[in-house]
Amino acid sequence: MSINSETNGKQNTSGARTHGIDIGALDRPNDSIGIEQETISLEVKDLDLFYGESQALKKINIQIPQNRVTAFIGPSGCGKSTLLRCFNRMNDLVDGCRIDGKLMLEGEDIYEKGVNVADLRRRVGMVFQKPNPFPKSIFENVAYGLRIQGVNNRRVLDEAVENALKGAALWDEVKDRLNDNALGLSGGQQQRLVIARAIAVEPEVLLLDEPASALDPISTLKIEELIYELKEKYTIVIVTHNMQQAARVSDYTAFMYIGELVEFGDTNSLFTIPQKKQTEDYITGRYG
Amino acid sequence: MDKSHLGQHISQQFNVALEDIRNRVMTMGGLVERQLEDAIDALTEGNAELGEVVITNDYKVNAMEVAIDEECNQILARRQPAAGDLRLIVAVIKTITDLERIGDQAERIGRMATRLSAETESKNPKIDLRHLGNHVKQMLHDALDAFARMDVEAAVNVAKQDPKADKEYEGIIRQLITYMMEDPRTITPCLDYIWAARAMERIGDHAGNICEYVVYLVQGKDVRHTSLEQMEQAAHQKRS
Repeated sequence: MSINSETNGKQNTSGARTHGIDIGALDRPNDSIGIEQETISLEVKDLDLFYGESQALKKINIQIPQNRVTAFIGPSGCGKSTLLRCFNRMNDLVDGCRIDGKLMLEGEDIYEKGVNVADLRRRVGMVFQKPNPFPKSIFENVAYGLRIQGVNNRRVLDEAVENALKGAALWDEVKDRLNDNALGLSGGQQQRLVIARAIAVEPEVLLLDEPASALDPISTLKIEELIYELKEKYTIVIVTHNMQQAARVSDYTAFMYIGELVEFGDTNSLFTIPQKKQTEDYITGRYG
Repeated sequence: MDKSHLGQHISQQFNVALEDIRNRVMTMGGLVERQLEDAIDALTEGNAELGEVVITNDYKVNAMEVAIDEECNQILARRQPAAGDLRLIVAVIKTITDLERIGDQAERIGRMATRLSAETESKNPKIDLRHLGNHVKQMLHDALDAFARMDVEAAVNVAKQDPKADKEYEGIIRQLITYMMEDPRTITPCLDYIWAARAMERIGDHAGNICEYVVYLVQGKDVRHTSLEQMEQAAHQKRS
């Protein structure tokens, strides 16, 4: 139970005798090193969001670190999906949706006038709860984004599709039937296909909105394993109702409640020593 | 986190399971306390029969440890507890290990009591270990009380009592060494007294450990192998 946050990082302040053992080996087993030392990919500053008259997000401030998995948890209607959809301006499509505040990707405000939204959505890919492959072949599904960008060279497409499918841990299962209809795949395969489609255009950030909630436990574990591999190349933000899933896959966790960000911290701390009682109540199943 | 916070799960069965575990730890604690009390009485009154009772009753303590461990495993597997619930389970698993060790030490004291009561009058130096015994018994009692009430303040106070036990143990050893030097025939009984005193001193340490788990349970700070000051500091840290 090495949960002592003071012993996090460089030095061991516990005063324990070390008998010549490398103290680093005794540090807490933790990948995440604290948000201060991270490179920040997405930064939200004082974000308010209104659907017509009702305010869905209240003064959200959060920094999403690069090449890490950040999970948003919270009860239904707390605004976590709304916040996620802000990151690639999907809320623009909602009537009566209004936004105040700033949202920076790599230091640039994505709500600035003149931002190319299509380009933004290429840089910030998204995967939804229900797998939504197009009624096309497996190959064409993955190649779709590239074709939209005007890439038609067969060799380039072949390579990109193969890489994307390998990246999504689907290649071995579909390599002999790339021309079959994607709708013939199982739910878990379809979800990985959609992830392959998202990463084929080499985004910087991947937004996952409940990516495994419609899948069986084994497919869920495959997706989770995939998330772990994907974070090497991408910054990942995931919304999930499944708290154990958030605990398993994420480096950082944000707990939201009725439009507010209640607590944000490294996942190990948040699930063992949450600082706020609201967080504690929610993750231990006391929220009523 | 306070005690009233333990209930209130949406899942009523989870409330029941956690409450049950806490109750069983307290029952086990009560049993161990009883064992220790009997062992000290047996030793100081030279009551061999009572010593035997302590020895035979140790199996009950062991059985409770196994049963509570099993229940904790089931909760971990079925509920995946988080935050305070997780810390409770971890603290319980550790606490019952220390309680079981205290049970073993009580058994050892009981064994020494039976051996010493068989010793001939002239060789037995009749060392009085009651004071040390009562001191660690009180520590155990207060540690269990702190655990039950999730009271970090009380836990720190118990931990502060441990140096006294260590001091007294050292004094007893010095006294026994004098006896042994004066009359080598007393060496066998003196060694038994040393074992008994040592057992009591260890019980003080185990009670101190339980207090560290209380701080972990309530504050989420691991204060094992730290100084008393650090433990006190962790205990007083405010959490919103």
